[in-house]
Amino acid sequence: MGIRTPNGFNLDTSGQRVVVDPVTRIEGHMRCEVNIDENNIIRNAVSTGTMWRGLEVILKGRDPRDAWAFTQRICGVCTGTHALTSVRAVEDALGIIIPENANSIRNIMQLSLQVHDHLVHFYHLHALDWVNPVNALRADPKATSELQQAVSPSHPMSSPGYFRDIQNRLKKFVESGQLGPFKNGYWTNPAYLLPPEADLMAVTHYLEALDFQKEIMTTRTIFGGKDIHPNWLVGGVPCAINIDGEMAAGAPINMERLNYVRSVIERTIAFVDNVYIPDIIAIGNLYKAWLYGGGLSGKSVLAYGDIPDKANDYSAANLMMPQGAIINGNLKEVLPVDVRDPEQIQEFVPHSWYKYPDEAKGLHPWDGITEPHYELGPNAKGTRTNIIELDESAKYSWIKAPRWRGHAMEVGPLARYIVGYAQGHEEIKEQVDSTLRVLGAPLSALFSTLGRTAARALEAQWAARKQAYFLDKLIANIKAGDSSTANTEKWDPKTWPAEIKGVGFTEAPRGALGHWIRIKNGRIENYQCVVPTTWNGSPRDNAGNIGAFEASLMDTKVERAEEPVEILRTIHSFDPCLACSTHVMGPDGRELANVKVR
Amino acid sequence: MNCAPRVLVLGIGNLLWADEGFGVRVVEEFHRLCETADNVRAMDGGTQGIYLVQHIREADILVVFDAVDYGLAPGTLKLVEGGEVPAFLGVKKISLHQTGFQEVLAMAEMMGDYPAHLLLVGVQPVELDDYGGSLRPAVKAQIEPAIEIAIEWLARHGATIAKRAEPLAEEETLASREMRIGIYESGRPRPEEACCHGDARLLANGAFAGPANFEREVDALLQSSGGQG
Repeated sequence: MGIRTPNGFNLDTSGQRVVVDPVTRIEGHMRCEVNIDENNIIRNAVSTGTMWRGLEVILKGRDPRDAWAFTQRICGVCTGTHALTSVRAVEDALGIIIPENANSIRNIMQLSLQVHDHLVHFYHLHALDWVNPVNALRADPKATSELQQAVSPSHPMSSPGYFRDIQNRLKKFVESGQLGPFKNGYWTNPAYLLPPEADLMAVTHYLEALDFQKEIMTTRTIFGGKDIHPNWLVGGVPCAINIDGEMAAGAPINMERLNYVRSVIERTIAFVDNVYIPDIIAIGNLYKAWLYGGGLSGKSVLAYGDIPDKANDYSAANLMMPQGAIINGNLKEVLPVDVRDPEQIQEFVPHSWYKYPDEAKGLHPWDGITEPHYELGPNAKGTRTNIIELDESAKYSWIKAPRWRGHAMEVGPLARYIVGYAQGHEEIKEQVDSTLRVLGAPLSALFSTLGRTAARALEAQWAARKQAYFLDKLIANIKAGDSSTANTEKWDPKTWPAEIKGVGFTEAPRGALGHWIRIKNGRIENYQCVVPTTWNGSPRDNAGNIGAFEASLMDTKVERAEEPVEILRTIHSFDPCLACSTHVMGPDGRELANVKVR
Repeated sequence: MNCAPRVLVLGIGNLLWADEGFGVRVVEEFHRLCETADNVRAMDGGTQGIYLVQHIREADILVVFDAVDYGLAPGTLKLVEGGEVPAFLGVKKISLHQTGFQEVLAMAEMMGDYPAHLLLVGVQPVELDDYGGSLRPAVKAQIEPAIEIAIEWLARHGATIAKRAEPLAEEETLASREMRIGIYESGRPRPEEACCHGDARLLANGAFAGPANFEREVDALLQSSGGQG
């Protein structure tokens, strides 16, 4: 017996239930339940975020100018993106115009975070869904060296001796029984398709990426003034510029520092071009028959857009990262998106553990309510404190269900690239077409788990280069005599109207991010975040539409029900971050994926 | 040539979850009270994971402050050294961080740069399920003892830490101005304005309580971790 959802998926709960809790190698804590039929095909998918959210708990009554620092602490990954979104929301409420230099610096920082996050996500959180480090021990270092030179002739580290050393290091690790970061895997599963040489090459790049990623951070440290948790400022950026100034701790940004940033950008471009992209092509080639996981990507995608070319203009035409919505798979029409419109973005809770006065309606984030209401459905198995099986016909997740004009939407690099492609964004079109050409794949191949992973890599390549564009722009503007980095005209709350509201949006590495703020008498009255993983990880809504994670798991073949590497592969391809969509992780969030088959 | 060992004094944890903020608050205070010479770095690691790997690789001596559930009396300090540290930081119900710090250490080790000396100064939390809350008094009272222990241990390992003649003002430390403890505590919304308790299931089932036999559980996990592939 099946049900057809309004967004076009046939759900059938008759097969055996597989529970994955927690899904590992993600930020935060999530659980998945699927029903698989007699051929091991997923016929029903339920994704739930455990724990509850609500940032207003912390921010209500505080100084809006401080909000960025608090939002930066929600999660360990998109720190800077949250901070940027927050300062934009406050600036929007107060009508603050920021200087061009501040816009350029913010864009460089945001793009730096994009590349950094994409690279780390691929190599350290996602690659092991495709790459088998244990199999890499069987590789022939000489053949690996030949493979490396074939896929990326410009990459200098490719000698047989180099790969032999890495292999020995890996062997030592595995033999010591500790496996380290490689312990959460199903290394005998037939879902792993790479030959040992490709596995060794990819594991080697895992280590190279781990070493290289530290350099990318330095850009944000230079402009943010502080390592790991950079500073941000309502009205601009907290760094002064004195182009001819001396180098000293705490001194303003000078030419020497800007030159250093340029060298980091150049090395980043080289690493992405010579390592990340060739790996994606190589893995894509060997897995291109595995085209599961498309989910909503071929149907409904959403991007708020980001990276304003000129300062203070957040209209689609001025945003270099695309903005728009596509619904019902109609790529011919990209619909305009307005984050202020109460009819467009709404959050629903009929299947979420919250209470609304009227749950048939959704609420726009400016009017958002976060009132926890935990109750299990009548068909749930287990107890309130130990759930064995969820009842998805009732409330079943701590994530709300945001919808765009009533549609469940996918957000993230793939969504941005589909919107950009449909709009005829030249750079994006060029990248996508040439990648598909190399792989000999049709455009429809984009709507898949691999498509999501590839779009992230292409976006990293794009973002790395765009940093150079804004660095040039910054230097040109300084040389033209403008060294201003902040506008403090409206810093004093005494100059503010009694009641105001604002919205800030960005494209976080993992998708569209918005902060909606209400300010009353100089203090925060309400603060709502709708984060990318709220969109992607959303449960069903009042009309029965399933969310993006759920949709992406549908109709996937699972090789071994007790080792659901396919589920991890697809969920990881979204780069999920449950830490902020649902808040705080379970105390057991670090154990091996616990799989129960019923 | 400078032969002084490179020291990293690292506080980890989430400031937004009551006693989970212990590590970061200790390192802020350490920075306020102590001179950080060229070879000594104090760092607020927050809930960062992979971004911390490089800093650990650069250190000869690493001191980590953290709130860790050892199943001891709330507010108790517990010291763990050397090879035992990873096990204490990554085991179920022990650390609450998003990316296991155990994995961060393993990555540093895999890169071939592992600190020669490693000390974890952990505190048994009183309260974690209080979103937006600050350190509880029993945990706050352990900030200074934790620093003293670290200084004394560092001295034994060849790194002398000098106290500042005059401690820095709160706003001059490495703490972010917006999050420093005074502002953080005084600006908090009242409970009637915003609900701040945790997840009902965790509150109800006591999931944050320490394991009954901690040593045995660690042993079992360590033994089983090799065979999970």
